[in-house]
Amino acid sequence: MNPTTRPRWQPCKYIHPQERFATANGFFTAGVSRLRSAPAEDIDGKTNMLIFEHSHTGRRALAQSPQLNADVSDIPVDFLRTEAPGMPEVSELQVVRHYTRLSQKNFSIDTQFYPLGSCTMKYNPRACNTLAMLPGFLARHPHAPVSMGQGFLACMYELQEMLKDVTGMKAVTLTPAAGAQGEFTGVAMIRAYHDANGDTVRNEILVPDAAHGTNPATAVMCGYKVHEIPTDRQGDVDMEALRAAVGPQTAGIMLTNPSTLGVFERRIKEIADLIHEAGGLLYYDGANLNAILGKVRPGDMGFDVIHMNLHKTFSTPHGGGGPGAGPVGVSKRLEPFIPLPVVGHDGDEYYWITEDVRPQSIGRLSAFMGNAGVLMRAYIYARMLGREGMHRVADFATLNANYLMARLTEAGFQVAYPGRRATHEFIVTLKRQQKELGITAMDFAKRLLDYNFHAPTTYFPLLVPECLLIEPTETETREELDAFVEAMIKIQQEAENSPELLKEAPHTQPVRRLDEVRAAKQLDLVWSA
Amino acid sequence: MPFIPHSETDIREMLAAIGVDNIDALFDEIPANLRMDKLTGVPEGLIEQDIARLMMERAEADGRPLCFMGAGSYDHHIPAAVWELTTRGEFYSAYTPYQAEASQGTLQLIYEFQTMMTQLTGLDVSNASLYDGASGLAEAILMAVRANRKSKSRRILVPTTVHPDYRRTSHTIVHNQNIELIEVPYSPEGGHTLAESLQPYEGEDIAALVIQHPNFFGILEDVDLLTDWAHRQGALVIAVANPVSMALLKPPGAWGESGADIACGEGQPLGVPMMGGGPYFGFMCCKKDYVRQMPGRIVGRTIDRDERVGYTLTLQAREQHIRRSKATSNICTNQGLLVTAATIHMALLGAEGLKRVAQACHANTRKLVAALTASECVEAVFNRPYFHEAALRISLPLENVMRPLHAHNILPGYALTKDYPELGDALLVCATELRSDADIETYAGHLGRVIEKQTAAGCPVKPKMA
Repeated sequence: MNPTTRPRWQPCKYIHPQERFATANGFFTAGVSRLRSAPAEDIDGKTNMLIFEHSHTGRRALAQSPQLNADVSDIPVDFLRTEAPGMPEVSELQVVRHYTRLSQKNFSIDTQFYPLGSCTMKYNPRACNTLAMLPGFLARHPHAPVSMGQGFLACMYELQEMLKDVTGMKAVTLTPAAGAQGEFTGVAMIRAYHDANGDTVRNEILVPDAAHGTNPATAVMCGYKVHEIPTDRQGDVDMEALRAAVGPQTAGIMLTNPSTLGVFERRIKEIADLIHEAGGLLYYDGANLNAILGKVRPGDMGFDVIHMNLHKTFSTPHGGGGPGAGPVGVSKRLEPFIPLPVVGHDGDEYYWITEDVRPQSIGRLSAFMGNAGVLMRAYIYARMLGREGMHRVADFATLNANYLMARLTEAGFQVAYPGRRATHEFIVTLKRQQKELGITAMDFAKRLLDYNFHAPTTYFPLLVPECLLIEPTETETREELDAFVEAMIKIQQEAENSPELLKEAPHTQPVRRLDEVRAAKQLDLVWSA
Repeated sequence: MPFIPHSETDIREMLAAIGVDNIDALFDEIPANLRMDKLTGVPEGLIEQDIARLMMERAEADGRPLCFMGAGSYDHHIPAAVWELTTRGEFYSAYTPYQAEASQGTLQLIYEFQTMMTQLTGLDVSNASLYDGASGLAEAILMAVRANRKSKSRRILVPTTVHPDYRRTSHTIVHNQNIELIEVPYSPEGGHTLAESLQPYEGEDIAALVIQHPNFFGILEDVDLLTDWAHRQGALVIAVANPVSMALLKPPGAWGESGADIACGEGQPLGVPMMGGGPYFGFMCCKKDYVRQMPGRIVGRTIDRDERVGYTLTLQAREQHIRRSKATSNICTNQGLLVTAATIHMALLGAEGLKRVAQACHANTRKLVAALTASECVEAVFNRPYFHEAALRISLPLENVMRPLHAHNILPGYALTKDYPELGDALLVCATELRSDADIETYAGHLGRVIEKQTAAGCPVKPKMA
């Protein structure tokens, strides 16, 4: 870029709400002119103004900040900002009203059934939030000495211990901030293990084609090549292909079990032996841990390293896209490489395990110890469930999924793997509807929104055409499942009789189907007057 | 059964609909030899009143100390409305906004957040957040290597004035991709990065220079000079900045002739409690030319079929769920709930409120420095202008000073001894807008008495370092 031609950055200017569409424009100006005539209301007639458009020069929420401009004259003027950033100037009531209204434009677990496959949208108990937000925990500085954090550290240590037990692993680190960072941790440890053994020819990670996209992306971030393994007709890993792929170049395999196809990988022991004999290690993607919680443990299946998504299995909130938490469990041979810090306990005091004790650690993954407040919520959940409750999670998640699968099958829907048990989730394929009626999985998904159900996961896994991946979780009532089946039956009838209802859906949301091509081509990522 | 709603009748009828006798039969595909016994490491379940009692006891035990510690996590006032709104179920329990029509609340909020962050940083575009400041820097480094078309290098200059844990985290995340992080030393007098320290790399192929400003010591870097040097070398500039500081200080987009190329940092000071270190959020902004190299989610404004304004995730072709092994990052989730809090926080404070917070933090830290260095045993380590945070050297073993202060429920600061042993017994202190004059006096008073006790014959017990 030529620095002389780049315009100097300018703060945005404010406009009065009445003028908002006369001057509203996107950052990248091409084609945004059409927005000028756009309605200022959503379908329900409520305003869709931005917080900036509520702004009025000189208005402030004065209770929120220090009353005086303190003296900072010691800072040389060259370092100071010359123009204020363009932020809204609004009252506290305007802020509260604006964001309350925005919240009402969302679907959420608290307001709707959310059968989103592979996402485990179970109830997020209120106590977990209230108790994790006690003032003593919120006020804890991450570098406070352990003597001033024994209460916090006790919770973290006990969470590590419980996660070890439910996964059957030797050690657990809580620090990865999300599932994808947990995956990174796992594969980075696999690499550190091979490197420590002087085993540097291993340059390949095996990933089944049904895997989450994060799996291959992670392997690449750790400097590995990805070798995809196909799936057989029954939804299991294709053993022939796997045998052919395994070799001295194999660093490891990343597996989700049950897989994203909603079935349990029955030959897991055989796979584990095959990989281990070749000198590779097994990585368990814990996305679907809810299906087996209290039934079978990844450690007992032969996995060397596993990540858990606490925002799925341990009911911490999804928060509109995070924060997650992705603790990682390891077998004995990977323990030296575990990322830091980890909480230790000497019988008397809780303390941090750091680089001094674990010189081979792959290192740190965040400035402190990951998403502590999320871990606290998971801890509270685990203590409330207790041993008996933990054993019941998979039971009832599986009962709900199989019931829903049976009812949808009875209603004429085609499931992707009819000969198999559903785990905590299953796949319906709409390829017949697509062929005969021209109705896609997306059309079904969007129409479900009109019936006040969140759509299941669509077009994932990529292997099954026109798929809906459905995961009801254990916290839904039978009545809710029945209502969902009724909605699916009605939508099927609509697909046959008035398909435009589906093609044009949704009809009842704040907006109708959005122009995503335009969003990507005529980028409008920030507002300016 | 906590959180499981099934009655005995439900179970019986549901099993009949499936065509099995009991729940256990649903697990008949799991090989019998893999089935686990009873859990042993999980205690009996607690009802809500019992877990509440336990958690209250533990929270109390941690004491809510008087905090003079910063080093990446800051004790700011958070308006009551921020978390009242953020923990509304519709924000708290919503999923990632893939179904745009049913997620307009979250999507519009992120669009507002992106706008606010570009205003703060003075750059063109923003993503929807990353995990935290440290991993955000790692992502910025990976991004700079991809984005810098002029450079074939995988070498990044990282001054040692960048937060030590940010440097450690970046190393963990980028080293497997053969990216080399080269340390650049700081001035022992000023605590900042000198142009001379960059001389050895003059004319070399470097992908990017990282500048933390204010730096880890709170010292103001010569950002214009460093930025222009990097651009002359064909290197990109990655700014690491405290968002509160940007309300007062010149933003990264205005550094030097043409501004930093990428700005990232820790979003915690914008409405997120310290909470033991997380969840926080990393922010990232950049010049618009690099938007396609950005990691993480990005929200765009578009129109629906009736030409009504709406919001959606965009540029998803960069991301792992589409691109798989060719994605810009493996990142999937971001820190949505924290972005919700930060957006509401910024809306409430506005530009003037944020600036006043920055001013008050700085003025309080100056008062603190004055109060503490009134003791002959305490001196400022560096002689350059600083913001909001300062390094002090104590002419006593640091441990002996800190422990008694902890006993008085004071967090006296962050000990620099582990990361910067060359500075001697040095402490990084900070007083946010929440610290009153009385708080500062309390700290100075206790410190004075501790020093007195430790040095019955007066001070200093060992010569001050040059």
